[in-house]
Amino acid sequence: MAPGSASSPSPSFPALRPWAAVGAMAAAAAAGPSPGSGPGDSPEGPEGEAPERRRKAHGMLKLYYGLSEGEAAGRPAGPDPLDPTDLNGAHFDPEVYLDKLRRECPLAQLMDSETDMVRQIRALDSDMQTLVYENYNKFISATDTIRKMKNDFRKMEDEMDRLATNMAVITDFSARISATLQDRHERITKLAGVHALLRKLQFLFELPSRLTKCVELGAYGQAVRYQGRAQAVLQQYQHLPSFRAIQDDCQVITARLAQQLRQRFREGGSGAPEQAECVELLLALGEPAEELCEEFLAHARGRLEEELRSLEAELGPSPPAPDVLEFTDHGGSGFVGGLCQVAAAYQELFAAQGPAGAERLAAFARELGSRYFALVERRLAQEQGGGDNSLLVRALDRFHRRLRAPGALLAAAGLAEAATEIVERVARERLGHHLQGLRAAFLGCLTDVRQALAAPRVAGKEGPGLAELLANVASSILSHIKASLAAVHLFTAKEVSFSNKPYFRGEFCSQGVREGLIVGFIRSMCQTAQSFCDSPGEKGGATPPALLLLLSRLCLDYETATISYILTLTDEQFLVQDQFPVTPVSTLCAEARETARRLLTHYVKVQGLVISQMLRKSVETRDWLSTLEPRNVRAVMKRVVEDTTAIDVQVGLLYEEGVRKAQSSDSSKRTFSVYSSSRQQGRYAPSYTPSAPMDTNLLSNIQKLFSERIDVFSPVEFNKVSVLTGIIKISLKTLLECVRLRTFGRFGLQQVQVDCHFLQLYLWRFVADEELVHLLLDEVVASAALRCPDPVPMEPSVVEVICERG
Amino acid sequence: CPSRPPKVLGLQARALTPQTAETDAIRFLVGTQSLKYDNQIHIIDFDDENNIINKNVLLHQAGEIWHISASPADRGVLATCYNRTSDSKVLTCAAVWRMPKELESGSHESPDDSSSTAQTLELLCHLDNTAHGNMACVVWEPMGDGKKIISLADNHILLWDLQESSSQAVLASSASLEGKGQLKFTSGRWSPHHNCTQVATANDTTLRGWDTRSMSQIYCIENAHGQLVRDLDFNPNKQYYLASCGDDCKVKFWDTRNVTEPVKTLEEHSHWVWNVRYNHSHDQLVLTGSSDSRVILSNMVSISSEPFGHLVDDDDISDQEDHRSEEKSKEPLQDNVIATYEEHEDSVYAVDWSSADPWLFASLSYDGRLVINRVPRALKYHILL
Repeated sequence: MAPGSASSPSPSFPALRPWAAVGAMAAAAAAGPSPGSGPGDSPEGPEGEAPERRRKAHGMLKLYYGLSEGEAAGRPAGPDPLDPTDLNGAHFDPEVYLDKLRRECPLAQLMDSETDMVRQIRALDSDMQTLVYENYNKFISATDTIRKMKNDFRKMEDEMDRLATNMAVITDFSARISATLQDRHERITKLAGVHALLRKLQFLFELPSRLTKCVELGAYGQAVRYQGRAQAVLQQYQHLPSFRAIQDDCQVITARLAQQLRQRFREGGSGAPEQAECVELLLALGEPAEELCEEFLAHARGRLEEELRSLEAELGPSPPAPDVLEFTDHGGSGFVGGLCQVAAAYQELFAAQGPAGAERLAAFARELGSRYFALVERRLAQEQGGGDNSLLVRALDRFHRRLRAPGALLAAAGLAEAATEIVERVARERLGHHLQGLRAAFLGCLTDVRQALAAPRVAGKEGPGLAELLANVASSILSHIKASLAAVHLFTAKEVSFSNKPYFRGEFCSQGVREGLIVGFIRSMCQTAQSFCDSPGEKGGATPPALLLLLSRLCLDYETATISYILTLTDEQFLVQDQFPVTPVSTLCAEARETARRLLTHYVKVQGLVISQMLRKSVETRDWLSTLEPRNVRAVMKRVVEDTTAIDVQVGLLYEEGVRKAQSSDSSKRTFSVYSSSRQQGRYAPSYTPSAPMDTNLLSNIQKLFSERIDVFSPVEFNKVSVLTGIIKISLKTLLECVRLRTFGRFGLQQVQVDCHFLQLYLWRFVADEELVHLLLDEVVASAALRCPDPVPMEPSVVEVICERG
Repeated sequence: CPSRPPKVLGLQARALTPQTAETDAIRFLVGTQSLKYDNQIHIIDFDDENNIINKNVLLHQAGEIWHISASPADRGVLATCYNRTSDSKVLTCAAVWRMPKELESGSHESPDDSSSTAQTLELLCHLDNTAHGNMACVVWEPMGDGKKIISLADNHILLWDLQESSSQAVLASSASLEGKGQLKFTSGRWSPHHNCTQVATANDTTLRGWDTRSMSQIYCIENAHGQLVRDLDFNPNKQYYLASCGDDCKVKFWDTRNVTEPVKTLEEHSHWVWNVRYNHSHDQLVLTGSSDSRVILSNMVSISSEPFGHLVDDDDISDQEDHRSEEKSKEPLQDNVIATYEEHEDSVYAVDWSSADPWLFASLSYDGRLVINRVPRALKYHILL
């Protein structure tokens, strides 16, 4: 058979099973050859034998008691109890068994079972012997004991007889004595009753004096107990005049007692427990509970107000106020503790008052609580300016924790809710304070930068580089933000009692910290930065251009990395997890980018204006008609190039290079050739030779058709080339407009020619598309030619020589 | 289609004015700028019905024209500021001229472009500026009898009386700026309000108001613009409002009673704004021209005299109509740019509205291209209805 089919339910397997079962049964019954199952197999193993025997004995017992099924459960297929071949069975038939053996077993097995049987029989014999020995001794001692008992019982029988006779005599006597005493007994009983009544009466008669004495001694409790005991009786017999008198007396005394109790109650001072006792006694005297409630509360109010006054004194303007933690501690132990006591006592004493009483207490607690809160808020308001959050949070924690007990005691008064509200308000104010702080820090950074920029540069050429300043500002702001986050994070710490309130789990994190603090700060930062673009001091340039540049880069950095970093940090720390909509990172980034763009554009405007003013002055103040033949490039042009280079360096510190239009490698040569050659057929040439004015314009217009419109003050991109392009565009356009307003002599025109060529030589390298510089300068020269009554241009080679020389 | 075919003059030009005294025909005067050729004044007639532009040319041999203005009373009279170059000196002078009678109302014969028989202007009088310097502009008393003009010469403001049918200009009074800095006037306008007793001028970044009776300053807006102020104009319907424009690319609207803050600022142009003009009847329409080669028409309804749209005349307001007009006034009216005209390819130095048709305006660029445009029809009906 295949090995796999053993585990698979093949049809032949069930057929095999009965066989196996029968085999096992036969082996067990015959103490067959399987190792360990028969005692004969292991003569040297008595331990193996013992359990087998015990089981056999058990089996027999069970069989006797009809518990065969237990045994059956133990074996796979129990032997039939009626099986005559079962050696241990009740219906064992030796003949059948032998027959079976002889029929079924081979000789060897017969021999084996014979020896086995002999051995078993021997073992049984020896067992029996031992049992007999053991039990024999016991029998003998039992026989002895029984004999002794027989003797003893005989003696006892005699004594019992005597006892019986004695008892009979005693009964007789007793009966006679009872008969004689019967009479007196009844009388004594009657007398005892009278005596008790008299004592009660005496108590009643003595009651007034006793009460008086008690009252005098101050044993109010005793007095009230007496009064309580007598009350019912006196009530019952008040129709009898004598009792009536007693009752009246008692009432007077009781009234006095109540009076005194109330007096004591009012005097107070003795503390809440004693007061509670007073109230208890008064209640026992049947005083109206409502009135007592009022009085109790009025009294408690007095004490609590005292606490409040002392708190207010701590708050007071002149004495050095204790720190806020101490203050809340005082408030917590003094006022809140007192309130707790009062509430507990009240509820204990006036529990019977029902909802109306509870309502009175709640109103009481509400009123005093609100005054306490007002004080706490005043104290917390003083704390708003301070910088130490941990102390404040601890104080708030104490405050909040303290109020949980009365809050639980007096749910209706809403103290816990009010306390939570205060904590929330403080937390909100704190957030506002931190936002303020961050803003101030940002402004401080800006001031530092201004100072660093304005500082005269003496020793080092550049002082602290712009990049360094930027890094300083960025890291300083970031550390401020982190510090603020850490500070407000205290509010949500696990050990703080209010941190699991819904406000602190949800709104505080998302709306407060994330939106209010972080997003708010980034927004305000952008606004502050943008305000530099709209500053009225456009003219004087109140903002140093370098600051604009730096802020622009800062905002751009925020857009690319910092914002998402800060927000991720916030989200991680505060596990923002609620349904409030939050500003997505992308929106904020877009705002920052817009700010950066505006700042950079403004930077371009400002720097462009500086250079424009130079150029404008240089054109406006010169007498172009009577100027001499140019020998040099004018100094102002060199200055323009120098300034542009300086700006290039400045921008290069913070911005990447950017993309230029691919141009031929030797640009300066090329531009020159454009000047000399294109001028011949270009729009410039016809102006020299008188021809119809139409042609000039036609040509110029046609050329313009193919060149794109130049937007002068157009938004710039975030790279150096774009910035420089913007500045140069503005400058050259100014030059163009200024030139158009003047009239030039021949040499004036030549000077413009020289100047423009010089600019061309040096400015092309800064811009994205050198064609642009070229176009604008071309237009300047063309305009100058138009504004010249005697336009004789200078030889290109001479222009070149002059420019190279200068 | 609001756009008209552009008119190319053939010479550089900066000076443009409507023929102010003409109220029927649409006619503009343009002065050219050339150092090499005889300068001309082009009389541009626009035939609205046939959409045809007619042109008549007058020679202006005195020099290149920097500024031109037409008399409000006499269609044939105009004043120019022109450059006279002599002995390597340039001097800007001003003169009052009369055009030939037959051209006053335009010539309706088809114009002969190549006509060499261009007619010449008749000089009425010079405004003698030998003592005052370069003339920046000449402005006529609006709605007057054409007898009073003001000219701005360097730092002087000069009030002239034209006498003996304009053949004689007598300096009536004058005032001048004194102090440090650039004190050259760039532009001036005569207010149509206050019985025409106020003039506003611009020099450097400052706007000033003057009383023509005493020739004294009445207000001064320092730093009205970040850079040079190029032009200004009075709101024709709101007596304290004026608009200014300048090199900071902005157009600002001022209430002269509060000189610290502009009422409104527009920043639509991408280069210097050279010209700003209120529409003569509907002061929400503001026209600006800039050296970014663009002309922008803006709707400044929120600061106009009709901030809630066209209101019903007082006469026929009954209670119901009152309600209706209230409802109408609830509609939000927003300032906006109506249109940006990009037909020009060079800097636009002059724009102006027609004096005859309030929905029509002309713009002039340095390359001598004149473009006539209309207010978009939809907006026109929105304003009227």
